[in-house]
Amino acid sequence: MKWTRDQVAARIARDIPEGAYVNLGIGLPTLVANHLAPDKEIFLHSENGILGMGPAPAAGDEDPELINAGKQPVTLLAGGAYFHHADSFAMIRGGHVDICVLGAFQVSITGDLANWHTGAPDTIPAVGGAMDLAVGARRVFVMMEHLTRTGEPKIVERCTYPLTGVRCVSRIYTDMAVLDVTPAGLTVVDMVDGLSLAELKQCTALEASR
Amino acid sequence: MVTKVVESPAAAVSGVADGATVMIGGFGTAGMPAALVEALIAQGAGGLTVVCNNAGNGETGLAALLKAGRVRKVICSFPRQADSYVFDALYRAGKVVLEVVPQGTLVERIRAAGAGIGGFFTRTGYGTTLAEGKESRHIDGHQYVLEHPIHADVALIKARTADRWGNLVYRKTARNFGPLMATAAACTIAEVSEIVQLGRLDPECIVTPGIFVHRVVAV
Repeated sequence: MKWTRDQVAARIARDIPEGAYVNLGIGLPTLVANHLAPDKEIFLHSENGILGMGPAPAAGDEDPELINAGKQPVTLLAGGAYFHHADSFAMIRGGHVDICVLGAFQVSITGDLANWHTGAPDTIPAVGGAMDLAVGARRVFVMMEHLTRTGEPKIVERCTYPLTGVRCVSRIYTDMAVLDVTPAGLTVVDMVDGLSLAELKQCTALEASR
Repeated sequence: MVTKVVESPAAAVSGVADGATVMIGGFGTAGMPAALVEALIAQGAGGLTVVCNNAGNGETGLAALLKAGRVRKVICSFPRQADSYVFDALYRAGKVVLEVVPQGTLVERIRAAGAGIGGFFTRTGYGTTLAEGKESRHIDGHQYVLEHPIHADVALIKARTADRWGNLVYRKTARNFGPLMATAAACTIAEVSEIVQLGRLDPECIVTPGIFVHRVVAV
């Protein structure tokens, strides 16, 4: 049994409190926006210069000068604001963004994050705002599959991919479990129904405790 | 009478020298001053170092400048895009040098140059390959990396509205790097949709004061 991507996104959305300033990373984390309760006021930040980002516009209403960090057309909610990049990254680095949700290739048991570069020699490195978000947001949530496509654990003792940030991840949401990174190691917050702790440990390169 | 308004994009980019460092505004195509970049291609300057968040989209704007073989080095945060094939091919052929900088560090290095700051410490990048060889320092319980300012000879930016003194107002997320790049270049050139009479821009809402802007062209 595994949770679907939408179930994971919905779980993350439930854990985001009203009033939070939140940055959703490119890729999987953007799904979280679809699950935020409409009666809960949450401020979505986009690092290209938006607070109060709204959903995608209706077809035909796209504005090429109103895009998100993934360069997709978005809208601005009433009360939203535009600002330049230095202000945007002051919000991030200065610890004003409460929660950032990022995808990952690997997370280590001490909360190191690898999500920007596979390190393969033929790839072109591109970091964007990932390193700023990793160190700057007050809490960094990772949303990822528990295992790689070939069945290798993505939660590892030490990251083998190039790091994005050191000891920066607060919580990991996968399709199998929710884990907190604590000074004492990883602790299990939640697991998919029917999975035992022993089975979870088998597909996680670590000793997780409850 | 002072006017920074010039009659054409060609006049706006005149005098850009070979080997110049050129900042180009925009996040993807939002805020990319396409007419100025086109004029720069026609103007002919080569061996350029370009500072921009991305490394071009499709075959217009910065991608066209790259395709024309005018760029020696790109300093950016995110070169790889679905449609960055012009840059990708040049990079793989070893025809362009790439310096990847975290996005917040990139804009802060630009801001530092414009504000007369000789460098700054940031937590961003500490412990990663992008901080290799850089000085680090322990400050209040955290590790920081020393980063240096990026100055430019020329900044090409896009805004919505200007007046003849060079005051600028931007539009939505096309603002992005524009206000910072404007401060960091010896010559800042703004491409705008509209030029209005002095006094028509609300002084409470001017984003870039004209002191940072040298030439303005309406396109």
